[in-house]
Amino acid sequence: MTNNLKFNTPNTTLGIDVGSTTVKLVLIKDGAIAYDCYVRHQSKVRETTYNMLTELHDIVGDEPFSLAISGSGGYGLATGLGIPFIQEVFATGETVKHLAPDTGVVIELGGEDAKVIFFTGVTDERMNGTCAGGTGAFIDQMATLLNVSVDELDKLSLSHTRIYPIASRCGVFAKTDVQPLINQGALKEDIAASIYQAVVNQTISGLIQGYDIKGRVMFLGGPLYYCKGLRQRFVKTLKLSEEDAVFPEYGLISVALGAALYASDKSVKYTYDELSALLESAVNAGGDTVKSDPLFVNDDEYREFVSRHGKSDVPEKDIASYSGSAYLGIDCGSTTTKLVLISEDNSILYQHYGSNRGNPTQIIKEQLNHIYALCGDRISIKSSAVTGYGEELITHAFGVDKGIVETMAHFIAARHFNPDVDFIMDIGGQDMKCFRIRNNSVDSILLNEACSSGCGSFIETFANLTGYNAADFARLGLRAKNPVDLGSRCTVFMNSSVKQAQKDGATVEDISAGLSMSVVKNAIYKVLRVNSADELGENIVVQGGTFLNDAILRSFEKELGKNVIRPAIAGLMGAFGAALHAKATAGKTSTLISKKTLDSFEHTVKAINCSGCENRCNLTINTFGDGAKYISGNKCEKGAGLSSKIAPLPNMFEYKRELLEKITSSELSGKNKVIGIPLALGMYELAPFWNGIFTYLGFDVKFTKFSSRKTYTNGQHTIPSDTACYPAKLMHGHIQELIDSGEVDIIFNPCLTYNFDEGKGDNCYNCPVVAYYSELLDANIKQLEGKLFMPYLNINNPKELAKGLEKAFGEIGISINRQAVKKAVAEGKTAYDKYMTDIRSKGAEYIEWARANGRQLLILAGRPYHTDPEICHLIDKLASSLGFVVLSEDSVSDMTEPARVDVLNQWTYHSRLYNAAKFATENTDCNLVQLVSFGCGIDAITTDEVRSILEEKGKIYTQLKIDEINNLGSVKIRLRSLVAALEERK
Amino acid sequence: MKKDYTILVPTMLPVHFTMAMSVFRANGYNTVLLENKGDAVKNAGLKYVHNDTCYPAQVVIGQMIDAIENGGYDKHKIALLITQTGGGCRASNYISLLRKALEKAGYGYIPVLSLNISGLDNALKLTLPMLKRLMYAVSVGDLLMCLGNQTRPYENEPGSTDELIDYWTNRCSAALCDKKVSYDIMEDLMKKIIEDFEELPRTVTDKPKVGIVGEIFVKFSPLGNNDLEAFLHSQGAEVVMGGLLDFCMYCIYNYIVDAKLYGMGKIKAFFCKKVYSYLLEKQLDIINLIRGMSRFNPPGDFAHTVSLTKGFIGLGAKMGEGWLLTAEIIELIESGVKNVICAQPFGCLPNHIVGKGMMKRIKEAYPDVNLVAIDYDAGASRVNQENRIKLMLANSMEKNNKIITQEQNRETVIVE
Repeated sequence: MTNNLKFNTPNTTLGIDVGSTTVKLVLIKDGAIAYDCYVRHQSKVRETTYNMLTELHDIVGDEPFSLAISGSGGYGLATGLGIPFIQEVFATGETVKHLAPDTGVVIELGGEDAKVIFFTGVTDERMNGTCAGGTGAFIDQMATLLNVSVDELDKLSLSHTRIYPIASRCGVFAKTDVQPLINQGALKEDIAASIYQAVVNQTISGLIQGYDIKGRVMFLGGPLYYCKGLRQRFVKTLKLSEEDAVFPEYGLISVALGAALYASDKSVKYTYDELSALLESAVNAGGDTVKSDPLFVNDDEYREFVSRHGKSDVPEKDIASYSGSAYLGIDCGSTTTKLVLISEDNSILYQHYGSNRGNPTQIIKEQLNHIYALCGDRISIKSSAVTGYGEELITHAFGVDKGIVETMAHFIAARHFNPDVDFIMDIGGQDMKCFRIRNNSVDSILLNEACSSGCGSFIETFANLTGYNAADFARLGLRAKNPVDLGSRCTVFMNSSVKQAQKDGATVEDISAGLSMSVVKNAIYKVLRVNSADELGENIVVQGGTFLNDAILRSFEKELGKNVIRPAIAGLMGAFGAALHAKATAGKTSTLISKKTLDSFEHTVKAINCSGCENRCNLTINTFGDGAKYISGNKCEKGAGLSSKIAPLPNMFEYKRELLEKITSSELSGKNKVIGIPLALGMYELAPFWNGIFTYLGFDVKFTKFSSRKTYTNGQHTIPSDTACYPAKLMHGHIQELIDSGEVDIIFNPCLTYNFDEGKGDNCYNCPVVAYYSELLDANIKQLEGKLFMPYLNINNPKELAKGLEKAFGEIGISINRQAVKKAVAEGKTAYDKYMTDIRSKGAEYIEWARANGRQLLILAGRPYHTDPEICHLIDKLASSLGFVVLSEDSVSDMTEPARVDVLNQWTYHSRLYNAAKFATENTDCNLVQLVSFGCGIDAITTDEVRSILEEKGKIYTQLKIDEINNLGSVKIRLRSLVAALEERK
Repeated sequence: MKKDYTILVPTMLPVHFTMAMSVFRANGYNTVLLENKGDAVKNAGLKYVHNDTCYPAQVVIGQMIDAIENGGYDKHKIALLITQTGGGCRASNYISLLRKALEKAGYGYIPVLSLNISGLDNALKLTLPMLKRLMYAVSVGDLLMCLGNQTRPYENEPGSTDELIDYWTNRCSAALCDKKVSYDIMEDLMKKIIEDFEELPRTVTDKPKVGIVGEIFVKFSPLGNNDLEAFLHSQGAEVVMGGLLDFCMYCIYNYIVDAKLYGMGKIKAFFCKKVYSYLLEKQLDIINLIRGMSRFNPPGDFAHTVSLTKGFIGLGAKMGEGWLLTAEIIELIESGVKNVICAQPFGCLPNHIVGKGMMKRIKEAYPDVNLVAIDYDAGASRVNQENRIKLMLANSMEKNNKIITQEQNRETVIVE
């Protein structure tokens, strides 16, 4: 394929590209490619490169050739050996220069790298930074998750019918979106295409970042070479014509080819023997990666460890000889499905632990069949319960008697092993759950929110990449002499740390042990955030499939400096707890699907868009053999096919949205100048204020609508910083909406260093993003063309504000009478005060209602813009459906004296959080859940403070971290756990 | 406090801080500049500071706790000093985070002092003479940094620049302890410094200049930026960066802007104007010395820096490094530095706006510059950071028609 390429170099020249997952080699001889190859290096960079060379000898013999190395893993190798190195972007540039000089843009995806190179004008390039994802490794990971090969994934994607939104920032997030889709039974074809779309979106928002795509676009790198579906998504999304999208046959080896071309006129030559000797020496050289202590110093230590954990066993009974009642527990987890059948005396009759192979219903059907066969007529299943991600689907599919939230299931199981348990830590395939037990009830729950790094599936995927299964990989780690220190942040960071370790020649053993330690550090310092074992408690029980990995268990004990209990059925604890729960709550007969019905069980899925309301949720309709339906993906009861006649509970978020909608949807008169205002960030609260001012001044005011997913995608191409918070990113879509409407003369979004001073804290700042986002908008959205009116104003002082506005209007050529501005400001303030008073009195009214009707109060505490349906993903409705009367932080923050806190209390919005938390502690029927936008640096400070205000008074702290991820699965677990914990406390 | 306690101070700029310490010591504060680094520092930070908090807080607090635990101090006879700028950035909360971390680690009894000019918290008392001397220390530090950066890549004798910096750091430290120290005395010393550097034997070749701007700690501290300066140096680049005095002046200047924009704190602004004029006068004085006595490029004066924001960003954007960061990038470009690294902690809020947010606009105005944003945090891989910088250098050399080569290395291998 590539041998018909001709080069005008007479020299023999070799290019080596050492990437994050593969090594590529190209030899040019007599003006053509004489040899090329592409090999996965399975973490063994130096060895692989060395082995690949041997083939070369037949072709070059003793003839000297020039040489250059390139690639992200190649620098260390090149400098170590003194071989010329060419940065990979430049290597690509060489290839383009020689073979396709009319290329405008190159998009190159590698194993872990993604780059975009612009050749129009001054050559410019973008590489993925510290927050990566959306690369080949990500696709591998997703394929594993779907239980298909990368090839199959690609084939599937080609016959998709719809695209689901999947978070595009990083693999971890995407996974959180994909898993529920799998569990809800969405079609694999659609998921596959959606995964590719996420990669495309990541490239656009992360790398192209507002640059114009001009000229022909060349696609390079492994994933774009192999994955036809990915190509399709790119071409479609970038709206490329057939001739402008170039997928060259050398796409796989372009960097190595570029390195060879670059080296071709270099005077320094090597012979095969010289190079071979150099590389051989490199295979044995070490690097400077940081090392940790081994997991076991000697065999005795290992034996003690094994025998100690051997003691936490469970009684089993032979199902073939048992007769009587039995109880079934099912744990339908993110990547695995577990079943446990217990006897009347809690012995285990049957157990199953296995991958759900992307289709849990099928697995459970098989298992139930199997269990019914084993039970015969001797054993009757009296009750059943299901827990885990797939709880709802399985309940509906198989008529399971009870559903139980995961946290409770695990607690029930742990309590069975150790009645004194005061801390449970469960690490599963994708989620981490930790909870403290106080007064025999679940006290505080910690879940890994946006970050799944260090969970089982990550290790499994990594093990597979290195050519081992998870169990063997773990065993290797136990023997590691010098485990590498890989840090404790997200998977993507860890991947690059692994890359560095590989570069430095770390062994698979050392990497395995290092990963185990990272998992544990992640759990302790990122999820749990504790600093000593004493804080966790006296009786720690660890469970979940990931703890079956001895390397992780050992790392955990070592890190804590304390022994813990790991039941032998660590991976089955959820199912076991569910079985115990089924037994405890058993009625007379079970509703579980009968053997007969099971035989004819069928399950089909269909995806539609709900038309119940403006949210247009993506619904997945599951239909079962008996015609029963289960609908998922809905944000409210409407879509679930339930009656909407039941009067909803008072919900402050709903009320605020209604109020805001009224204020922001005035008609344009068609006569006046139109000021457009984006309903985002600080505007969410100040809308009534500015609306009052501008309306009085004789302008028409046009606000944007509430955000939707579309708002985000419409604006994503102008976002310069991909780590900013979601509310800020949405701002771009709002501005775009105003521009596209063509109706506005000016777009107003002021710079407000200071917000209103409500006297609750030491100062009244806005956060830097809310304060100055206009500066960024103005600098990054070309279409604004100076339309953005963004004066720096002081809204606390009416006189100064009037002065500032008059001056600012003057600067854009609109002269306004000083007296009029003064009056306008007063009008605005009145409108704002009315709005805030309205919220406060409504809050008081709802509290009264809740008390009269015996309902619990729940404050969803965030910022004003968290009311936006796209930002909060309608968590308020979810909370409402669980029986809470939902309040907002601003509706209660004036019902108590200012809270005293241990931090500098200097942001207006954040002071309200502290007050709301204080209010919750003063009212027994009130609880608080904090909404935190991912990337909000300030909430790194407020969350700890809100937590300590609540916990000091014995309240449960719950935090929900949100961003563009559209799935409420983990939110639901938390809220239901909160409900369960409150129940237990009664 | 003064007599009995050893006050531990985290390091940001070793040269500046060493001299500042001698000012504190001369005033009876027994301060010690912390030099511990490495994994122990990083891990202590991760352990005691919220992991989503910005990296400088983790490093600074990690360094202090590591020093408390392993520095061999009498734990009941030490205090900690930390700076506080008091802006709308979360950095103003470092002191609370430090207290929380101490509480968590069981050292709640160790007193924490705040070094600030906003009158926040439990501030260390700064007298006017002390402030003046600190200003001298900062000025001399900036001068040494500026000259050192221009000789280090070209020195004939490797290490001679740093030797000279050490020599002058010590000499100026001693001078700052003297009761009779005055600006005139310091000015004389600065003249000698310029002479010494001018005479340092060096061979000037054509090396790419790389400017560094960024969040102040990550910009300056080797601990915070994985030895960025040393790395650039090893890659054959000349480092250029604005001084610490500019940041101080920026903090003062913001009070003047607040008064102008919002009518706030007019009295404070009046005094700030006085201080600002004084500092500007001294800064211009030093610039003129460099210009008159040597071939070195002097730094730009602050008034000029301020003027560069026009058409790019408003002077009201004052959180974190605010508009100064944008202005510094432009200043570097206008002085002929075509490669600029913008360094920030991962997820730095102000830098979304003033750093990454301004890049498109700056590139439009100066299409031939290389602008690279690098994020730093405990988990970020050095490989990725260095790879990005190498890409920038390669790009720069490409523009000069000289793709990066390592043929010199190759020759040494052959000799072996």
